[in-house]
Amino acid sequence: MNPELQGRTFAPTSPYLVGREKIREFARAVLATNPISFDVEAAHAAGHADLVAPPTFPVVVQEQTLAQLLAEPDAGIDFSRVVHGDQRFSYTRPVVAGDELTATLTVTSVKSLGAHAMVTAESVIVGEDGEHVVTAVSTLVVRGDE
Amino acid sequence: MPEFDTLAVGDVVAEQSYHLTRDTLVRYAGASGDFNPIHYRDDIATSVGLPGVIAHGMLTMGLAVQPVVDWAGDPARVADYQVRFTRPVVVDPANGADVSVVAKVGQLDADARAARIDLTVTFADATVLGKAQVRVTFA
Repeated sequence: MNPELQGRTFAPTSPYLVGREKIREFARAVLATNPISFDVEAAHAAGHADLVAPPTFPVVVQEQTLAQLLAEPDAGIDFSRVVHGDQRFSYTRPVVAGDELTATLTVTSVKSLGAHAMVTAESVIVGEDGEHVVTAVSTLVVRGDE
Repeated sequence: MPEFDTLAVGDVVAEQSYHLTRDTLVRYAGASGDFNPIHYRDDIATSVGLPGVIAHGMLTMGLAVQPVVDWAGDPARVADYQVRFTRPVVVDPANGADVSVVAKVGQLDADARAARIDLTVTFADATVLGKAQVRVTFA
């Protein structure tokens, strides 16, 4: 694991268009039942422009940034040794069908813990207008040789 | 929609159990794009030292917040959600796995009209998420 990754910011991902059917598919997959993620009339009645994504949906967009990190030639991260340590989503506003989201990854911390390494990856996700929507933060544990 | 002013720290606001099967994992893999084979192949899961196929941590995180979404009445009320993954959920090919969620008021912020809801998420009598906290905002 390369300690010089700390502080590195990657290029923004290509825009991700949030589709209605993708929200429904993801909502079913996390066993959601709230109608605001399934029924456009229910979403409108609650004051939203369209279906609202479940709270962990941004992982779909964040995934693109983590792929950038794992593909970084000098990162030295062996994907088969990566374990998800923790995860957080901090919202300014909800994700709604029709949003076009772009994510920018920064590696905020790289730490060694004996044979293991911990990397914290922060993906700032903005809308088409450039305004903040949600930040997804993952801590990945890269297991060393036992 | 619950009334903010009636909440007290320690109140249990939601409780729910979920039965996961291998089908649940396949559906989540497709929806999320996470096709790591430890979530559908026993031979690969055991080769990396796991007892068998495990649920995606992000599936457990994703379902554990749903009782809070239903209680709050709108996914848009979840302003912040964090978890630590502490133990895997092993999903038996025949019997699946049962995960239970208890959601309690952990802290109240009267100025911001926001509640911190703490989740206790259990599989096989052990908690699988640590520091699982949801910040819910009220109008």
